[in-house]
Amino acid sequence: MLEDAFQAKVDREEKIEPKDWMPEDYRKHLIRQISQHAHSEVIGMQPEGNWITRAPSLRSKVVLLAKIQDEAGHGLYLYSAAETLGISRDELLELLHLGKAKYSSIFNYPSLTWADIGAIGWLVDGAAIVNQVSLQRTSYGPYSRAMIRICKEESFHQRQGYEIMAHMAQGSPEQKEMAQDALNRWWWPSIMMFGPHDADSPRSDNAMKWKIKRESNDELRQKFIDKTIQQAEVIGLTVPDPDLKWNEERGHYDFGAIDWEEFMEVVKGYGPCNKQRLDHHKKAHEEGAWVREAAEAYAQKQASKLQVA
Amino acid sequence: MSDNQLPLWEVFIQSKPGLPHKHAGSVHAADAEMALQNARDLYTRRNEGTSIWVVHASAIIASNPGDNDSFFDPSDDKVYRHPTFYEMPEGAKHI
Repeated sequence: MLEDAFQAKVDREEKIEPKDWMPEDYRKHLIRQISQHAHSEVIGMQPEGNWITRAPSLRSKVVLLAKIQDEAGHGLYLYSAAETLGISRDELLELLHLGKAKYSSIFNYPSLTWADIGAIGWLVDGAAIVNQVSLQRTSYGPYSRAMIRICKEESFHQRQGYEIMAHMAQGSPEQKEMAQDALNRWWWPSIMMFGPHDADSPRSDNAMKWKIKRESNDELRQKFIDKTIQQAEVIGLTVPDPDLKWNEERGHYDFGAIDWEEFMEVVKGYGPCNKQRLDHHKKAHEEGAWVREAAEAYAQKQASKLQVA
Repeated sequence: MSDNQLPLWEVFIQSKPGLPHKHAGSVHAADAEMALQNARDLYTRRNEGTSIWVVHASAIIASNPGDNDSFFDPSDDKVYRHPTFYEMPEGAKHI
């Protein structure tokens, strides 16, 4: 049976490649997951792009530009991987524009100050790193290779953000306050990035069976929290969770209750920036159409010139 | 909302002179020049390439993994293609 052979291959830790037989649900699950991952990268360029013209130094501007350029690249690696599953870029963009495809809830929050750029790099990219390191071992070949490539590029992103936060925390009282405020606003949304608690996660069973997902939401969330608390302490900032406590028995931090209502509202489309993010993406797509048309027209003209000659 | 996203090209990068070109992924582009530039901007931001090949995705012919057993069968049982198959006289050097 094809399904048995497929599962045996997955269980042996062999990668599944584009031309291999795969269950239709495996294909659909991956198209959804990879494309939503791709959309997240591209939408994520918006809150950061917001501060390019107001970066406080040439160095910070150059660095921010390079980071955002990387995010565009990451989106493209992932679209490239999604397209190997038999779906076109046009279809993927249409699903995004119709609101049928989602992107990570974190990007529906606004970047209010320069310190937000620090918090985003440190916490949002930090959380993404924990998730993406795990996904390097995902069963689908093109997705796994895209994750490996992305992980190599992602660490400067987190360092860029943490450096900004460290700098401001050591600065004037107003700068330190701004950094603390950004941490206060970005902490909980960042730990929500890992998704619902395992017990409330509907698609996790198949994802684990097919080795698309290698570790659970809660395991990854705990990894991120354990790493990040120490980083906050080193720069003298306070994580906004009064229930945070090291648990010697577990060997991990205990942390407070997550406001899942807020998470669900943002996922459903009622976060602070959902509408703005999608409108901006549609506008950029429509306003850029002339570039695609011009490129095509030029290519056709050159091709017909060759034929005449 | 149908909008052409331009033809698909597969990208192969040679990271250092002397090494083979490795498949890195794909790009969309209207023509060869655009494909090369897009591939450079996407896959070599950190100086990862000394040479780039772009190939129309439709020009790539691939073997069918479903046929792997029969397609690769002839190479499966010819152990005499490996040097370890041969018994060498004791003491012989450089062989």
